[in-house]
Amino acid sequence: MTDTATMPQLVSFGRRLRRFMADRPLIPLIILLIILVAILQVLRPGIVNERWLANTAKFAIPLAILAGCQTMTMLTGGIDLSVGTVATMSAFIMATQIVNQDPTVAFLLAMMPAVLIGLVNGIGVGVFRVHPLIMTLGTSLIGTGFLQVYQRTVIASGARIPDFLNWLGTGVTYGFPNALLLFVPVAVLIVFMLNRTGFGRLLYAVGDNERAARLSGVRYWQVITALYVLSSLLAGITGLLYIGLIKAPSLSLAEPLVLPSVAAAVIGGTSIFGGRGGYTGTIIGALILTVLTTLLTILQMPEGGRRILFGLIVLFVTAAYLRIVEDR
Amino acid sequence: MTTNPLPQSPLLDATGVTKNYGAVAALRTASLSVLPGEVHALMGANGAGKSTLVKILTGAIKADAGRILIRGQQLDIRSPADARRAGLLPVYQEPALIPDLDVLSNLRLTGTPVEPFRAWVRELGIPDLDIRETARHIPLAILRVLDLARALAVEPDVLLLDEMTAALPANLAEKVLEVVRRQGDAGRSVIFISHRFVEISALCDRATVLRDGATVGVVDIEPGVEERIVEMMLGTRIEKTRVTARAANDLAVADGGRPRLSVRNLQLGTKLNDVSFDLANGEVAGVFALEGQGQDELFAALAGSIRPTGGTIDVDGAPVKFSHPSDAIQAGIAYVPGDRAEALAMQRSVRENIALPFSAALRKWGPIRMRREQMVVSSAIARLQIDTRAQGEVQRLSGGNQQKVTIARWIAAGARTILCFDPTRGIDVGTKQEIYKLLRELASQNKSVLFYTSEMEEVQRVCDRVIVIFGGRVVDTFPVEEADEAALMRAAYGLPRGAKADVGILAEVKPGSSAEAAS
Ligand SMILES: Nc1ncnc2c1ncn2[C@@H]1O[C@H](COP(=O)(O)OP(=O)(O)OP(=O)(O)O)[C@@H](O)[C@H]1O
Ligand SMILES: [Mg+2]
Repeated sequence: MTDTATMPQLVSFGRRLRRFMADRPLIPLIILLIILVAILQVLRPGIVNERWLANTAKFAIPLAILAGCQTMTMLTGGIDLSVGTVATMSAFIMATQIVNQDPTVAFLLAMMPAVLIGLVNGIGVGVFRVHPLIMTLGTSLIGTGFLQVYQRTVIASGARIPDFLNWLGTGVTYGFPNALLLFVPVAVLIVFMLNRTGFGRLLYAVGDNERAARLSGVRYWQVITALYVLSSLLAGITGLLYIGLIKAPSLSLAEPLVLPSVAAAVIGGTSIFGGRGGYTGTIIGALILTVLTTLLTILQMPEGGRRILFGLIVLFVTAAYLRIVEDR
Repeated sequence: MTTNPLPQSPLLDATGVTKNYGAVAALRTASLSVLPGEVHALMGANGAGKSTLVKILTGAIKADAGRILIRGQQLDIRSPADARRAGLLPVYQEPALIPDLDVLSNLRLTGTPVEPFRAWVRELGIPDLDIRETARHIPLAILRVLDLARALAVEPDVLLLDEMTAALPANLAEKVLEVVRRQGDAGRSVIFISHRFVEISALCDRATVLRDGATVGVVDIEPGVEERIVEMMLGTRIEKTRVTARAANDLAVADGGRPRLSVRNLQLGTKLNDVSFDLANGEVAGVFALEGQGQDELFAALAGSIRPTGGTIDVDGAPVKFSHPSDAIQAGIAYVPGDRAEALAMQRSVRENIALPFSAALRKWGPIRMRREQMVVSSAIARLQIDTRAQGEVQRLSGGNQQKVTIARWIAAGARTILCFDPTRGIDVGTKQEIYKLLRELASQNKSVLFYTSEMEEVQRVCDRVIVIFGGRVVDTFPVEEADEAALMRAAYGLPRGAKADVGILAEVKPGSSAEAAS
């Protein structure tokens, strides 16, 4: 359409590069990931091999699924801080109930708190309009409290990690971690849901302009309730996967994943203000964070220094990424 | 009007202004030259680049190329603050007050002196503004006036008004025109963007016409110039005809007596008082009112957006109570709100915005049939001539094109009754004709339209009947043949038929107005 002959060639290379990146926001992320892997390889030649890849994937997957919960809630302008507690609860209940129960019953029992917390979150945010940050933080604390009470009642019976979860969490087949069997369908479903279903559209619409969604006939509370239940269910399943990987049920099992899951979604380009983002970016964000953790471990820094550096890098990457992608 | 070209040097002179957004050329070699004391119209179809030019002149965005001279000196305007120092002050197309702050805080933020601001607000026809009110709660039309008052308060040399009057009902629009005229008389310059020819001919000295981002001509405003301008703007001629309404008796036969929508004694706090009227199948009923007479609330109540405190609404003879817009949509009633910021998900694509109602109901949450959706959306886009060069995000469209998306949504959804609140706000002459035709076509398919407009001309162009509201009451109902502008104005001011009203400068220019001559 445009007449390129009359278009002045004043548009600098930098601007055009930016424009290119703005249209394909995944590219700078993938480049960053490759750079990180390259640094790792330079610092420890030979570290990047098949085993390392499988290991990285194993640790990135639980993070990526929880980051999926954050992506979906952030699209509506919310956040789900209860994912850590929910994951821990289902893992802990699974590991203790499997001792005397049928696996199916144990699984159902393990998913119960997930559904419940999701429902409470959804109703609190969607109907009573409590701020998602407060709401999910609140249910998270309450959940932890219940878990402590529960722990005392089962202290005598002990805990066991079911073999299947062990296999799923740590097993590797033909060089591929078995966890991919769970992750690939989950990821495909989330991406499909966000892009090709009515529900996905509504998440974006509600997060972008709630009033516009309302005038189009969308009932906010329905969308939000369904969303938080879904998010909690995913968190519960992640808990089961994670216990298979970590193998030590504790009351703070998945808690360390909560803030990184938010960070992964943000690095992946999802806006915390809602309406903008997607799951593919989040997956790469989770990978970046996992590789970054390995890198910092290898540097053999003291724990404190490592955390500071981790935080600084996350800040820097997010700020730089937004600058690249936000073309005016 | 100064037709005699005095050897005056321009106050503002921009040449070769270029701006590209990726593959979209918003401006290419646009130029604009404004003399001191001149009211200069900037005209062009939706997406021609008017707003982009205003934003570049006032430092809100950066041009890729171009030269801007102010009082003969080349200035590099990099920020709105620079522009302000150079004496250039804009009123942008979208309201600029920060919604979460009150008016006073907004003033402080820009360092606007409060007393002159208040004086201007009163001058512009709003006697009782509460300066502590949060901007979010102020109606769109008033917000626009506040934007203008804020600009006037710092006494700019060049005032740039981007569709300042588009959301304003007749009484407020007139005040604005008067004030702008006086700016010109005081030796200051005004750049005035509007799609309303009546205003251009009443107010402006010259006009610069943009088409597809380039300046295609500069003309003196004189009687009869309108057609030439339109031709330059669109590149073709358009027929500005009155789309014929159906005869009233025709209507009665068609619907078998039962109205589509029947409103009785509707009450809403102090805003609506005992409002009763019918909307027949196959009818376009106009609603005409001055600012703040309850029209906003009437539409919101019929759309299920707010709940009336009394009275009844019947749809097809059955009483309804809407507690959510989705109830109204279920009953086949769609609402195009006056403020497009209220209707659009700005970061989402044109397609998603148009298709939004399709996914709303719980049972439609599943997979989307993309092919079918694409077809429905494309035909709505074509129907409303939406410029889709920047369709990835609605916020990148020009104001007029955004407005079209709000209408296209309900055309695509095939709603049986459409409540249009000022739907043609900011839409260019060419597409306006298209929308009038569209509304008449809906009526001929036995659908019905309730049509509020702030532009008197439109009443006669599309409506079968006009309902006039004043002080929250229906004060009069005219068949369109009797709804000439004087009669409408009288009724809108709450005067009985036949009384003589002061209808201001728009009416005074009427006889010689080229806009009317063309119709
Ligand atoms: N951020 C952006 N990205 C891409 N394209 C843009 C962006 N902003 C504006 N445009 C494009 O630039 C063109 C000119 O837009 P502009 O808003 O200046 O039109 P306008 O003349 O003011 O129209 P209207 O009468 O509808 O307000 C449009 O085609 C628009 O889509
Ligand atoms: Mg514009």
